[in-house]
Amino acid sequence: MKQFYFFVQKEFYHLLRDPRTMLILFGMPLMLILIFGFALTNEVKNTRIAILDNSKDPVTAEIIQQLEASRYFDNVQNVNSNDELEAAFRQGKIKMAVVFSSRFQYSLMHENQAAIQLIADATDPNVASTLTNYATAIIIDYQKSMKGQIDLPYSINTELRMLYNPQLKGSYNFVPGVMAMVLMLVCAMMTSISIVKEKEIGTMEIILVSPIVPIRVVIAKMVPYFLLSSVNIASVLLLSVFVLDVPIQGNLVLLVAECLLFTITVLALGLLISSVTDSQQIAMLLSLMGLFLPTVMLSGFMFPIENMPVALQVISNIVPAKWFYIIVKTVMIKGLGFEFIWKETLILIGMTVFFMVVSIKKFKIRLE
Amino acid sequence: MRTLRILLEKEFRQIFRDPSILRIIFLMPIVQLIVMPLAADYEVKNVKLCIVDFDHSSYSQKLVNKITSTDYFQLVDYTDSYDKALKYVENDEADLVLQIPSSFEKQIVKEDKSTLFMSLNAINGAKANLGGSYLRSIISDFNREVRLEWLQLPKLNPQPTIQVTSLNWFNPTMNYQIFMVPGILVILVTMVGAFLSALNIVKEKEVGTIEQINVTPIKKYQFILGKLIPFWVLGLMILTVGTIISWLIYGIVPVGSLSTIFIFAAIYLLAVLGMGLLVSTFANTQQQAMLLSFFIMMIFILLGGLYTSIDSMPEWAQTFTKFNPVAYFIEVMRMVVLKGSSLNDIKTHLTVVFLMAIVLNSFAVWNYKKRS
Repeated sequence: MKQFYFFVQKEFYHLLRDPRTMLILFGMPLMLILIFGFALTNEVKNTRIAILDNSKDPVTAEIIQQLEASRYFDNVQNVNSNDELEAAFRQGKIKMAVVFSSRFQYSLMHENQAAIQLIADATDPNVASTLTNYATAIIIDYQKSMKGQIDLPYSINTELRMLYNPQLKGSYNFVPGVMAMVLMLVCAMMTSISIVKEKEIGTMEIILVSPIVPIRVVIAKMVPYFLLSSVNIASVLLLSVFVLDVPIQGNLVLLVAECLLFTITVLALGLLISSVTDSQQIAMLLSLMGLFLPTVMLSGFMFPIENMPVALQVISNIVPAKWFYIIVKTVMIKGLGFEFIWKETLILIGMTVFFMVVSIKKFKIRLE
Repeated sequence: MRTLRILLEKEFRQIFRDPSILRIIFLMPIVQLIVMPLAADYEVKNVKLCIVDFDHSSYSQKLVNKITSTDYFQLVDYTDSYDKALKYVENDEADLVLQIPSSFEKQIVKEDKSTLFMSLNAINGAKANLGGSYLRSIISDFNREVRLEWLQLPKLNPQPTIQVTSLNWFNPTMNYQIFMVPGILVILVTMVGAFLSALNIVKEKEVGTIEQINVTPIKKYQFILGKLIPFWVLGLMILTVGTIISWLIYGIVPVGSLSTIFIFAAIYLLAVLGMGLLVSTFANTQQQAMLLSFFIMMIFILLGGLYTSIDSMPEWAQTFTKFNPVAYFIEVMRMVVLKGSSLNDIKTHLTVVFLMAIVLNSFAVWNYKKRS
């Protein structure tokens, strides 16, 4: 036991003697949570649009004003010809254009019909269809207000209830996702270089000739990073609640326990990477480039997993961040208890054990 | 000139003598480029719906049939217990609950109106909104049918109507991959360039070989150029391979010209590599360099407009993207690949990134000290 304690102490010295790294390790999660909590959103708003008004009459002016007043559209610019319109699209200045037919008001009043064409930049299909929907709704609303309110007979109304997120805040979706991403990347990276660094500098030889057994070396490497991650978890949660306004609906103890479990899983994954690689560069490339995109794309917080091809849905199951994202969402946002996440918890525990066993097995006690 | 050539020879040898790094540099981007775009499907479909029917009338039946006949919704359960429906939502098995009140049909016929209740899982706001609005449009369709049953509406509409038609330019089939692949390619090229260059000088510091270089008459700019050019070549090679892959696998052929992309990429890579080298001159260990460049990269990439639209970010984040080279390249890639923009259309982007390259590289040269 004493031997183990010394080892942990040694690892602490390693960590504490490099204040720059410490600063990055503490600062990075905070910065990321703040930046993404505020800046990332699926919402579409303040879009730049162009108007090609071939009629320029009071009705078109009013519709344009309605569009301008909505929070979805911003920086409305006027263009005078189709060529100008195309140029604006190609230079990336606008996302949508509204084209009024000529003699708009006249045809509306005398022929009971007038046409508006919405042209969306469908390079981003999602934004395009959302914008088209918003603009159509605004125009239909305007049309209704023109007619005056008439109560139609036999009408069916719908009442909407937004569960869990009544204000439709983007941060409710992104905070759990960013938490999963940040913990995953930071923790995996920290441990992924720890063993391989000793191999590279040559100090591994000293450890190998000592009577300490591999399992203790591996666990001792995890302890300081685990403590550091606990501090990170605390600060991330505090930020979410007090700065980003994402309240913790469920049990705080449960949430923290799950966070700690996830940390251990990922630290173990980092150790696994560390024990199978030979140089710091490769370990870091694997843990960053190798984990970054899968974590962002397959954990379910950016792209819905049910939309993916079956093969990817299967692959997404081996991404620990996916399970953690579900857990955080369930406990923190929905406020549900352990009975809803025991499956996910078991999967994380299973992964942890697997990573630990493999990294101890792969830990070479002889240098080539 | 000779010095530079010899330096370059050294750097290339170093790179090619480590096959495992080369493997990672080429294989990882390729695999990710092939796999990841498949995951990037933002389109909201397969909305999981649970219907709670307290009415069981012919109208409620008709409505349910109308909803389930679209392939947009996936009916999870048809039940008459709201609690059960809520359980589905809690377990993430349903996104939407539609509640049909008892005497729904009677109210429509006798009282001229009735109200349906919809509950959405709103954690993912965008999905909730789209699913909800689609369901509402089905309901209002249904409403029109009911009304037609009871009223003989005049064939010719006497009310003035504005006809709204919509067009989707540049991507009429609304294909998501054509949008994501160019963006992911940018990320991969950027990551390889930024990480490798960030690790490079610092590795010489850590291993100690930098001392040997410092005592030679090599000029600072020669040293930096010697580090820059190999990765610049590698970056362009990865871009080439990536372009070929996206053509072979996803059938993406840029509408604009390839030379526009490569001219921009050549300048862009200078900026990214300059940043990596700058990080490298600041850091003392590979670990520090890696952490720092990763930190910067993550912010650049996630705020680069690949996943979420830059227009909907808050003001300060939009100001920040003006200094984000990744955002420029992603935008240029999409403009050239999808819209066929020419060099003339992207000249502002080009100028900004060129200035960034100059600033970052001169800063790196200035900050690299030959004395320790």
